[in-house]
Amino acid sequence: MSTVETAIGTAKTMVLNMGPQHPSTHGVLRVLLELDGENVVTAVPDIGYLHTGIEKSCEDKTYSQAITLTDRMDYLNPLGNNLVYCLAVEKLLSLEVPKRAQYIRVMMVELQRISSHLVWLGTHALDIGAMSVMLYCFREREEILKIFERFAGQRMMTSYIRIGGLALQTPAGWRQQVKRFLDMMPARIDEYESLLTENRIWQGRLKGVGYLPPETLIALSTTGPGLRAAGVAFDNRKDFPYSSYEEFDFAVPTRTESDCYARYLVRVAEMRESLKLVRQAMDKISDDGPIKADAPGIVPPEREKMKTEMEALIYHFKIFTEGFSPPPGEVYVAVESPRGELGCFIASDGSPKPLRVHFRGPSFINLQALPYMVKGQLIADTVASIGTIDIVLGEVDR
Amino acid sequence: MTQLANANASVVVERLRAWNAQAVARVIEYRGETTIVVPRELLRATAQQCKENPALNFNLLSDATCVDRFPVEPRLELNYQLISLPRRERIGLRTSVSSQQPIIDSLVPVWPGANWLEREIFDLYGIRFEGHPDLRRILLPDEFEGFPLRRDFPTEGKR
Repeated sequence: MSTVETAIGTAKTMVLNMGPQHPSTHGVLRVLLELDGENVVTAVPDIGYLHTGIEKSCEDKTYSQAITLTDRMDYLNPLGNNLVYCLAVEKLLSLEVPKRAQYIRVMMVELQRISSHLVWLGTHALDIGAMSVMLYCFREREEILKIFERFAGQRMMTSYIRIGGLALQTPAGWRQQVKRFLDMMPARIDEYESLLTENRIWQGRLKGVGYLPPETLIALSTTGPGLRAAGVAFDNRKDFPYSSYEEFDFAVPTRTESDCYARYLVRVAEMRESLKLVRQAMDKISDDGPIKADAPGIVPPEREKMKTEMEALIYHFKIFTEGFSPPPGEVYVAVESPRGELGCFIASDGSPKPLRVHFRGPSFINLQALPYMVKGQLIADTVASIGTIDIVLGEVDR
Repeated sequence: MTQLANANASVVVERLRAWNAQAVARVIEYRGETTIVVPRELLRATAQQCKENPALNFNLLSDATCVDRFPVEPRLELNYQLISLPRRERIGLRTSVSSQQPIIDSLVPVWPGANWLEREIFDLYGIRFEGHPDLRRILLPDEFEGFPLRRDFPTEGKR
């Protein structure tokens, strides 16, 4: 506690504990706010309430077993987590994934990006007081989850992307389902925009709030929509392409205002770009073809082969009992998650279990900018700033 | 003259060597990634150089993490991932500290974004960062004993 100068003399500041069970902290984030009246003097985020030691657990699992843990970090982007982990292991192994599987991966993570932005938009609007938007956003998200269910048999913790390819072949009727979604979605995004973009209350609550100059954001290692809303067009999909993103035609939306409103506009524009990417990926995916690399001993064999070939049965047994051993070395792979640069660092010592798996969670790093964003602003603006940083506490704490 | 497969990375290495011949102890190339091994004492100066030399311009610290090479000493190996936004380039920095004296210069004065990353390493590996403005545990409770990501800490936890 400290003292501040006010119009009528010195006054003491008040410390307010926001969270960890506050609905607008999107999970279990605790922020200690030092207040001068309603203005924030300092904000100290306190995290770790959801720490489950995922990185330590990965060290005790074989490379394929650890995939199921990655789903549970950023629970709005499980496919993206699967992807970054599998890309890192594939890099260690120098494993080439068939083009068809790469396109399906792109389609799935782009659908995931839309669903993640939808949850963000719905909950953020809820924080600001526009209650109805959430219902619309979750209605469309449901369609995406149904697509995931058809592909992977799971709505959220899909573990669909595996080392060397994908878990399952494309299901019957997927094209019609994805196409139906693509035809429906642009009009739905227009609908959200008609509710919010020109809405005077929405603009009043977001414009000029949570501003940070691009230099500060770069110094604080912020990536993703937060950085792009400050005019820095950094996107791993464009700048360090992976999974054949270089073959796709898409734009990287940017704004220059760097406030909460700009971050909102960037995310809405990103949803439209993702729709383009899904459409392109769908055209590239052939009706049949391989979904797994031809790498015996690493990629599990087909069920049918296991019934007829002894070798396939032996490989299957070995993969699921002792695993496989990548050569010693360290790799760092980064992908563009809905929240920014999602990185995966793996160190291998040549044994079937990783020596170290580390995830660079964009939520964790981006949250560092919060105290700088809210300094001098109102408590209500803190809610808006936390919202537009778009944190997922599962990833912050891991 | 080092010949590296990645031409951009060899420019970076040459620039760093021209600045201080001791700064580059070794260059590791693995799966298309370039990592520069830096002596422990020169870490902050090298990082400063990477950021401020206009020809290098690595202005964004993407990631920092630690690997425990137990039982080989110096067993705690720090890995930093840098990005140059103007040049769209990546490079890694690496250095090691021993578990008897796990102290190293903080990089917060160079990249303020190192703050939470170093707190995380301090929390889970027990490396002390000299010059860090707020070195406290970040994920675990303050009263927690031990450093769980070290290899000699059991996965099930101590009982």
